[in-house]
Amino acid sequence: MTTHAAILPILIPFAAALLQLFGKSLGISYQRGIGLAAALLAMLAAIWLVQLADQGALLVYSLGNWSAPFGIVLVVDRLAAGMVMTTALLAGASLLYATGGFDNQGAHFHPVFQLQIVGLQGAFLTGDLFNLFVFFEVMLLASYILLAHGGGLARTRTGLTYVILNLAGSALFLIALGTLYGTLGTLNLADVALRLQSLEVNIAQARLAVALLVSVFALKAALLPLSFWLPHAYTAAGAPIAALFVIMTKVGIVAILRVQAIAMASTEATADLLDGWLATLALATILFAALGGLAATRLRSLAAWLVLGSAGTLLLTPVHAQIAVTAAALYYLIQSVFIAASLFLLAEMIAEKRGMVMDHFQAGPTYKATGLALAFLLAAASAAGLPPFSGFLGKLMLLTAFRNDPFAAIIWTILLVSGLLVMMSLVRGGSRMFWSCRNDMSSGTVILTGWRRGTALLLVVSFGLLLVPFARPVSDYAARAAAQLYSPEAYIEAVLGPERTSIKRELRP
Amino acid sequence: MEALLASAIGMLAACGVFLLLRARTFPVILGLTMLSYAVNLFLFVSGRLVFNAPPLLRNYERYADPLPQALVLTAIVIGFGMTAYLIMLSLRALSESGDDHVDAKEKS
Repeated sequence: MTTHAAILPILIPFAAALLQLFGKSLGISYQRGIGLAAALLAMLAAIWLVQLADQGALLVYSLGNWSAPFGIVLVVDRLAAGMVMTTALLAGASLLYATGGFDNQGAHFHPVFQLQIVGLQGAFLTGDLFNLFVFFEVMLLASYILLAHGGGLARTRTGLTYVILNLAGSALFLIALGTLYGTLGTLNLADVALRLQSLEVNIAQARLAVALLVSVFALKAALLPLSFWLPHAYTAAGAPIAALFVIMTKVGIVAILRVQAIAMASTEATADLLDGWLATLALATILFAALGGLAATRLRSLAAWLVLGSAGTLLLTPVHAQIAVTAAALYYLIQSVFIAASLFLLAEMIAEKRGMVMDHFQAGPTYKATGLALAFLLAAASAAGLPPFSGFLGKLMLLTAFRNDPFAAIIWTILLVSGLLVMMSLVRGGSRMFWSCRNDMSSGTVILTGWRRGTALLLVVSFGLLLVPFARPVSDYAARAAAQLYSPEAYIEAVLGPERTSIKRELRP
Repeated sequence: MEALLASAIGMLAACGVFLLLRARTFPVILGLTMLSYAVNLFLFVSGRLVFNAPPLLRNYERYADPLPQALVLTAIVIGFGMTAYLIMLSLRALSESGDDHVDAKEKS
């Protein structure tokens, strides 16, 4: 049974999606029941997977029992298991929120939501680059549909540009894979690493292929010149969808981190490929996001800019391939996911209370929502990096990890200045939304928010808060995950077995 | 043959990128289709060009690499699904805004 643990996070949502499709005539409550049960099961499976991964050995699962490098493998290390866990928790909470009525605004919400989870979990778990492409596409196809869910021209319009951009990105991904396969003759990540170390390969072509691959991941991760899609798409999406999308940029970041650690860093041919440009662009992304947040006119758009800012911060890590930096970044990643998700959920719940003004930062009708105000205070203080919340801890760990860097002064300045800008925009938004009231406006018609949505919000906010008392175990786990990530030899040996150098290879012209 | 195939891929990609940068949805969809043709051809030849050889490893002196054929099949299927969805989405944008511009404004 333990052997099959690796595929459970993919199988559970997939089975749920099939059951929901076949039982569509049974109505929405059937689909909701299946979806929530699957989300719960997926969380349990993720907890189990984290426990298994934390025993230290890599779990390698050969699909169809075809051994690597010929077959496709799923590889569970601590990083993958941690990301699976984060995704499962976030997806469960978003789904619970969506069952509060959002899922009824269009057809086929539930199966598509589950397929989105399949794509996300698969992308974290796979150890094969073409399989990564397939899971990316599963994730993207589901995200196109979810983005347009609920209708309205704003969603269709941003959906259109989002789809076109990502189709172009997929084309680039395929070109990268074709070049990589043509050069190295393999697409298994461990085998790619091994082949890059051998001297027979055409180094210029291999560098080109890996650089193309990184640029595709940078598009998904929203690195600056490729990040203009993110604020629009995330602002237009429905609240639970935007909350789930928060983890999507992290897929790109984790993919860069993994390819860098396993394949690129271990050989001279590609070790210096990220130097110089990635850190600069990441810092530019952070500043761009902070300025964009300052210019945002509504809460959900501000939350989208915050997602971009945290993506920029995380993109600083692949260049500094050090255990301390990556460990801090992983803690930062987990907390930023939950904080941004709770801001997206809050934006919609506040918007419903305020009627016509929605979540725009302008004077609105008087209304009473102590719970929402408190949740906003907690989430905003955490997002701005104020002590004692998890945002503060994450940023503190990152700043500490960067203190020995030659560019520490620049990184510190930009991180701290952007933190200040984010705090200013959150303070401005919060005071406008909660304190600036006009008596001549009627409040929203929907007063009852429903227990499901309230509970979902409570869950996401408390995940963020729980990261404060549990900071020690989580950051210790992150440190172990980072240490495991930067020992590519163990990864290659676990995937390809001890006789890895004697794999028979065909001759290539 | 290599030169012919390479220039065909190049032409397709160039036309695809040109059309992709148009502002109306129909040319954009055509551009994406051309780009995906170029990509599929490119992927197909990443296993090198081999003539009159089976895609099997056993008992043959010469063989065609079978893996790119499997990869390209996956890519074609995915690309087809994506294009179908994109067409539906642009039709919806057209009916909602009365305009086929990619940045369509609200119907007035």
